[in-house]
Amino acid sequence: MSRLAVRKTYKLFVGGKFPRSESGRSYLVQDANVALASRKDVRDAVVAARAAVKGWSGTTAYNRGQILYRAAEMLEGRRDQFLALGETESDVDAAIDRWVWYAGWSDKIAQVYGNANPVAGPYFNLSSPEPTGVVGVVAPPESALLGLVSVVAPAIVTGNTVVVLAAEGRPLAAITLAEVLATSDLPGGVVNILTGKVAETGPWLASHMDVNALDLAGVRDGELAASLEEAAAENLKRVVRPPAGPVDWTSDPGIGRMTAFLETKTVWHPKGI
Amino acid sequence: MFEYAPAPESRSIVDIKPSYGLFVNGEWVDGEVRNKTVNPANEEVLAEVAWAAESEVDSAVRAARTAYETVWSKMPGRERAKYLFRIARIIQERGRELAVLESLDNGKPIRESRDVDVPLVAAHFFYYAGWADKLGYAGYGADPKPIGVAGQVIPWNFPLLMLAWKIAPALACGNTVVLKPAETTPLTALVFAEICQEAELPPGVVNIVTGAGETGHALVSHEGVDKVAFTGSTDVGRAIARAVAGTRKKVTLELGGKAANIVFEDAPIDQAVEGIVNGIFFNQGHVCCAGSRLLIQESVYDEVLASLKRRMAQLRVGDPLDKNTDIGAINSAAQLERIRTLSEIGAEEGASRWSPPCELPERGFWFAPTIFTGVTQAHRIAREEIFGPVLSVLTFRTPAEAVEKANNTPYGLSAGVWTDKGSRILWMADRLRAGVVWANTFNKFDPTSPFGGYKESGYGREGGRHGLEAYLDV
Amino acid sequence: MLSTRSIKTTAKAWAIDLAIRMVDLTTLEGADTPGKVRALSAKARRPDPADPSCPAVAALCVYPSMVPVAAEALRGSGVHLASVATAFPSGQAPLEVKLADTKAAVAAGADEIDMVISRGAFLSGRYQEVYDEIVAVKAACGDAHLKVILETGELATYDNVRRASWLAMLAGGDFIKTSTGKVPVAATLPVTLVMLEAVRDFRAATGRQVGVKPAGGIRTTKDAIKYLVVVNETAGEDWLDPDWFRFGASTLLNDLLMQRTKLTTGHYSGPDYFTVD
Repeated sequence: MSRLAVRKTYKLFVGGKFPRSESGRSYLVQDANVALASRKDVRDAVVAARAAVKGWSGTTAYNRGQILYRAAEMLEGRRDQFLALGETESDVDAAIDRWVWYAGWSDKIAQVYGNANPVAGPYFNLSSPEPTGVVGVVAPPESALLGLVSVVAPAIVTGNTVVVLAAEGRPLAAITLAEVLATSDLPGGVVNILTGKVAETGPWLASHMDVNALDLAGVRDGELAASLEEAAAENLKRVVRPPAGPVDWTSDPGIGRMTAFLETKTVWHPKGI
Repeated sequence: MFEYAPAPESRSIVDIKPSYGLFVNGEWVDGEVRNKTVNPANEEVLAEVAWAAESEVDSAVRAARTAYETVWSKMPGRERAKYLFRIARIIQERGRELAVLESLDNGKPIRESRDVDVPLVAAHFFYYAGWADKLGYAGYGADPKPIGVAGQVIPWNFPLLMLAWKIAPALACGNTVVLKPAETTPLTALVFAEICQEAELPPGVVNIVTGAGETGHALVSHEGVDKVAFTGSTDVGRAIARAVAGTRKKVTLELGGKAANIVFEDAPIDQAVEGIVNGIFFNQGHVCCAGSRLLIQESVYDEVLASLKRRMAQLRVGDPLDKNTDIGAINSAAQLERIRTLSEIGAEEGASRWSPPCELPERGFWFAPTIFTGVTQAHRIAREEIFGPVLSVLTFRTPAEAVEKANNTPYGLSAGVWTDKGSRILWMADRLRAGVVWANTFNKFDPTSPFGGYKESGYGREGGRHGLEAYLDV
Repeated sequence: MLSTRSIKTTAKAWAIDLAIRMVDLTTLEGADTPGKVRALSAKARRPDPADPSCPAVAALCVYPSMVPVAAEALRGSGVHLASVATAFPSGQAPLEVKLADTKAAVAAGADEIDMVISRGAFLSGRYQEVYDEIVAVKAACGDAHLKVILETGELATYDNVRRASWLAMLAGGDFIKTSTGKVPVAATLPVTLVMLEAVRDFRAATGRQVGVKPAGGIRTTKDAIKYLVVVNETAGEDWLDPDWFRFGASTLLNDLLMQRTKLTTGHYSGPDYFTVD
């Protein structure tokens, strides 16, 4: 007699745990039942993300880098799971290497994006980047793992926390990534992942007054993108618009996705005896 | 009486081989000339190591050249990064072993090697690993190139840490290295070679040639070396600078210091005293950036001195492997002789010598923490680097006078400022001619923070984004 | 730096016994009853019923209404009876009420009084008012010794802690104490260090020795030993005595007893072997 496999249930990832949607709904996708997030799940995810900001942004850059590197170690260990979900070898390789690349930025971005300013007077003057807080992210639909890594890692490496709306049609890689993060010493609430219909949850995330920024990387519908950006304007979120054309997620990301979610603080102090 | 009882860290975690060869091209090679390395705390022989001859240095440089041209400079940055991340991880995993070994070979207290040296070593590799694939963002051009083969000579005071400061940035930038550790402290470098093997680092990328002055000379003058990096005494640094004159070799030097640690009248005294003690007695004072000249504002002289003496009486000198030890052994008989000689000179020059009552072990190389008061700029002990647990105490009246005295030296590595007034910190920092200024703290190091000197303390910076410059062809 | 000392073997055994002798075993709950206080008094006299060599604690610390019961239960034991007073823990009451509170506790049998300073007055800069109150309470204590609780968690900065320490000592306090244990931030090593520096400097300046009591948040033997190291290396061995240093604690005692047992038997003990109160 052949052995019956134990099937995985795909739930949301909020506050470091895996709850079902409070609505109790799920949808069938990629031959699995996946939680269908509601506006209340968005609300709860934002609460978890906000609660995690103080601790995560207060961790040393070195520590954040180590935690992200550990996530890469865990990702490497789960290659087969991602391949089984339909990811290509080269995409999985690229995703792991991309994660390592970002891990190494945590204690360098301040040196590249901050500086002393030679003001015309006897003052100490230093500009330093600080994380903006809670970032809402719409993950790319066409690249379930590499695209996802490319929008999550740059936001959190600098100390932000994120609420991610996973790719609607291919959400399993996102929840598997959540399992990686849950075993990487990443504090609960730093990354929160909601699976479901972006058109339903997007507006609630975009209009949420306790979210500081929005990355619309995964919105392909021009009208939806415009309306989300408009809703975001209510509390002047920093918005990254969807890409103009098709994206090659394997190319060099640059530092734009990190700096988009950094505030620059400039401190003055007089110099004198 | 609260007697703390012995609290020894176990030696059993480290497995010292009776004899080591040279690490060339990824393999262990027997050396012709052999010498012993001892534990300075009890003069026990730890192991026998090779002292590389010129021909052996030559093989190492050739191996580094081949590895550079055929493997390392061709490898994409993100792959180099992953080797360095592996090395960082292995160092963390073998951390306790490395700390115990460092204390045995160097004489420094286990608390320092365990809590300061080894964690910083891992952090340096971690930090520079992350630069390997981001060099275009470092401010040195869109696609900066490595230099080639680096010949690196390091001192005995922080053996593994100095190795990390040299090897991590060099490899991250795409160079290959031949490194010579100090003759009295070769062991952690040799275990590092084992770690390179564990990490499967391609052969020839890192080569370790143990030896003394002659080995070092052969290395830095070798024609196949494109870049020389040296940390050590100003005298030797000067000789190296002369030797590379007229060649293509790039060179960076991190040399001696005689740092001023300046305490103003509004400094919180207990904190300042903690900083003074850390500044000169940490690592037995074997620190190039040690705060070896204490400048106290006259109005608080008596108070600071009384507090300092009371604090010094709490310092525990003894077995480096005891977890309660604050001050360990002097690294070698030669260094102990130098410290004794200069201390005698200090007394002859008219300064007043004081040490807390201290029971020193019979065997081994030991020196009690010592202060000299009544010192002025004209004294030799105010000008020459003693490199031991000896503090020269001077006074000053105004901030301007403090600056003048602090800068009145051929050295310029570091300085300390103790005051509660923010504007004064920044005013002083602007005027002190030193590569590192510590305000209300001392002896703080971080892989992201550039370190290096002005004037005869050397040139070039190690650490941070600035630390990449030494290893790029810019 | 001081908290990285490693205290082992004979030193650890000595430190544990000293720490036990320095405990002010405390119960300050709205729900306290005579039964509870009697039980705790028995534990204060004989912390480890299975081992008569275990020393008694320094004192029992209770609310004024419980003092008569405690006085009866502790009679003849040598264990001191400390009472909180002055509208503990907030101190928000008129001075007459605070003095009456104090006098009543002393009359009922307390030989130590733990008072709270007016943090509101302190933080708004009315230092003279804080000083005068302490002087008045000291007078109301009669022969009882006075501990002055600074509530360091509310004072927030080390500068304030040092200032409050000097104020309390100049006003005649016999002990300065960190906390009531009723606010989120209680005793910490750095705050206690600041207070030890203060008592050391005060004795150097005036010749009078004042004691220090960290209270709240010290739960393990390891923590307690760190405090003893700090006392040893800051104020000095004159303070390594229950007359000059106390731990305000309740759960700490059982951890000390468990560690003490481990040193004598060689294996780890469990909570079942020690009394809950």
